[in-house]
Amino acid sequence: MAGTGEGKKEEADYKRLHSFPLIRHTDMPEEMRVETMELCVTACEKFATNNESAAKMIKESMDKKFGSSWHVVIGEGFGFEVTHEVKNLLYMFFGGSLAVCVWKCS
Amino acid sequence: LNEEPHGRGLIHPTDQAELTEAELNEEFTRILTANNPHAPQNIARYSFKERSFKPIIVDQMAVHFVLESNLLHKDSDEARRLMATPVEDGGEAEEAGEEDRPDSVASKADKKELKVTNQFNFSERASQTLNNPLRERYCQTEPPLRSNFSATANQWEIYDAYQEELQKQEKNKEKQKAAPSKKDEEKNKNMHKLSCFSQSDDISKVGKAAKILERMVSQNTYDDIAQDFKYFEDASDDFRGQKGTLLPLWKFRYDKAKGLSVTALCWNKKYQDLFAVGMGSYDFLKQGQGMLIVYSLKNPAFPEYVYSTASGVLCLDIHKQRSYLVAIGFYDGSVAVYNLKEKGQEPVYKSTPKTGQHTDPVWQVRWQDDDIDNYHNFYSVSSDGRVVSWTLFKHELVFTDIITLPLHGAISEKPQCLQCCFLYTACGTSLDFHKQTDFLFLVGTEEGKIHKCSKLYSTKYLETYCAHSLSIYAVKWNHFHPEVFISCSSDWTIVVWDHLINTPMLIFDLKDPVADVAWSPYSSTVFAAVTTDGTVHVFDLSVNKYEPICQQPVVPKKKTKLTHIEFNPIYPIVIVGDDRGFVTSLKLSPNLRKKPKRKPTVNTACDISFKIDM
Repeated sequence: MAGTGEGKKEEADYKRLHSFPLIRHTDMPEEMRVETMELCVTACEKFATNNESAAKMIKESMDKKFGSSWHVVIGEGFGFEVTHEVKNLLYMFFGGSLAVCVWKCS
Repeated sequence: LNEEPHGRGLIHPTDQAELTEAELNEEFTRILTANNPHAPQNIARYSFKERSFKPIIVDQMAVHFVLESNLLHKDSDEARRLMATPVEDGGEAEEAGEEDRPDSVASKADKKELKVTNQFNFSERASQTLNNPLRERYCQTEPPLRSNFSATANQWEIYDAYQEELQKQEKNKEKQKAAPSKKDEEKNKNMHKLSCFSQSDDISKVGKAAKILERMVSQNTYDDIAQDFKYFEDASDDFRGQKGTLLPLWKFRYDKAKGLSVTALCWNKKYQDLFAVGMGSYDFLKQGQGMLIVYSLKNPAFPEYVYSTASGVLCLDIHKQRSYLVAIGFYDGSVAVYNLKEKGQEPVYKSTPKTGQHTDPVWQVRWQDDDIDNYHNFYSVSSDGRVVSWTLFKHELVFTDIITLPLHGAISEKPQCLQCCFLYTACGTSLDFHKQTDFLFLVGTEEGKIHKCSKLYSTKYLETYCAHSLSIYAVKWNHFHPEVFISCSSDWTIVVWDHLINTPMLIFDLKDPVADVAWSPYSSTVFAAVTTDGTVHVFDLSVNKYEPICQQPVVPKKKTKLTHIEFNPIYPIVIVGDDRGFVTSLKLSPNLRKKPKRKPTVNTACDISFKIDM
């Protein structure tokens, strides 16, 4: 029992520790990066169970803020190869299990 | 009335059949049907498209009579449509059905009122204006830059990324904890340094591999020279009698040291392929910066170490045991010690004007064995007439004046004032310590005198040898014979001495200023000298006491002056430096490196045959 308790505690610890947004790759300028990251965090928290809605929200907000043709992928496991306009890509992890890729290509 | 006879008198065609009344009244019934009796009903044709016979349907209807109607039922759709459309023409309106009439009259009246114009005073005018010409303009812009990015996201990658990030954060925290007392500025500096360090670290990871690769490439490039260095023996020596030749091997130069001349050479005693070169200038009008360069024979293309210095280097010496320590004397009178192990361009020790540095160029530095307390120390001689011992303490260089060279051997004629003191000192230009007797050393001076001094007497010479009439460039003890030393001077001569006799033993006149002389490390009778006309002279006293056994110009241009020569301690090569910054390595042919035949009675390494001849 103690073992499982510890395991649970560890898991909780891990969840807590891994909840922050972690930018994996980006070429955005500082200001844009911060804004996009915050937007992603907000969207993922708002639609914690619905990645599609979160992606939609991010895409629409990005289109409004930085001009059209933004693409967003959110998921727990996926591979991708995209062509993007330079200075318009952000690939980040969030919440310990989500990967978010936001890029612009018109 | 007229009709009857006319009717009766009908003219019949001649061939008309005569029929009876009954026959004429007979009725024949004919029925017109809609079926066309001429239309075929059962035609079949072969269809190539569908590859089968297909019945062809022909219109079976026959039209007997057509009469188009112009009456419409007023409730029908068409009638209503017609009524709804406004009637354009009066004529047409009249032709419309009678029932429409009251309506159409009213509508006609309205129309006419609108259309009426003054028929007698009406003219229509039209004009066409000039159209503005159209112009097309194009502009093509560069498309926004694009690039590709690909990655794979899955749970373990996300987990790993987070773990890595957390570890990094922890490390940063530890580092911050390690230096909490320091001020913010220093912290920033540290952070900056850290980032710099990590950046340089990335390069240094490949640095070693790159170095190996560079050596491999230069080994390939200079393969023929390396083969010569190792295996080539000049076969023509057998026919030359006792004379020998020098084979040029690698040539070393460093582009950034352009315009500087070689002022010092020294082999590393531990790594026999490594040697240090001091760069500076002997022209006192053209003094600038200097350089310390360390080359390896394994890579002639680029130096192993480069240090730039503010003042020209005039002399250097590599520590015998700790071969990473290089002592340097500068033109501005300072001395410094570089540690090749340390990163950075700065010397680990440097004398300052406060700590008793020389006031004139330092012409020679020599490492000594460590003192009783195991501190490293070295000696320097300068043209301000002082010989100074420098000791390397933890963070500073501490000096001790060993001797101030009096101009006239006797100290008894004491100078009256302090200023005169300088006038009465001799200018030291070279220095060498006795190989066996620790305290004994020789100082060559600008006046052409050589003084034998002892560390123990700070004001007195043990002996003074006057042989040269001009400045002495080098004084060297023999490696094997404890009493013999050699000196060279700009008065064109090399002199071999016995330090117990104050007259020269041998004098060689080379017809040009002799810039440097060096005893060979393998035979007590062989020495080499360089003259400013670009010639290397090699003597073997056991072979010829009067003439050099090799006299060979080694620089392409006559103008180039050779400045220094050094024998490699192991391999049969010498390096010579010139005033254009080149260092040339030369291989000695077999005749030039004959080792003395050891007689069984003489058990010491020294060969004293020439002394006996004297």
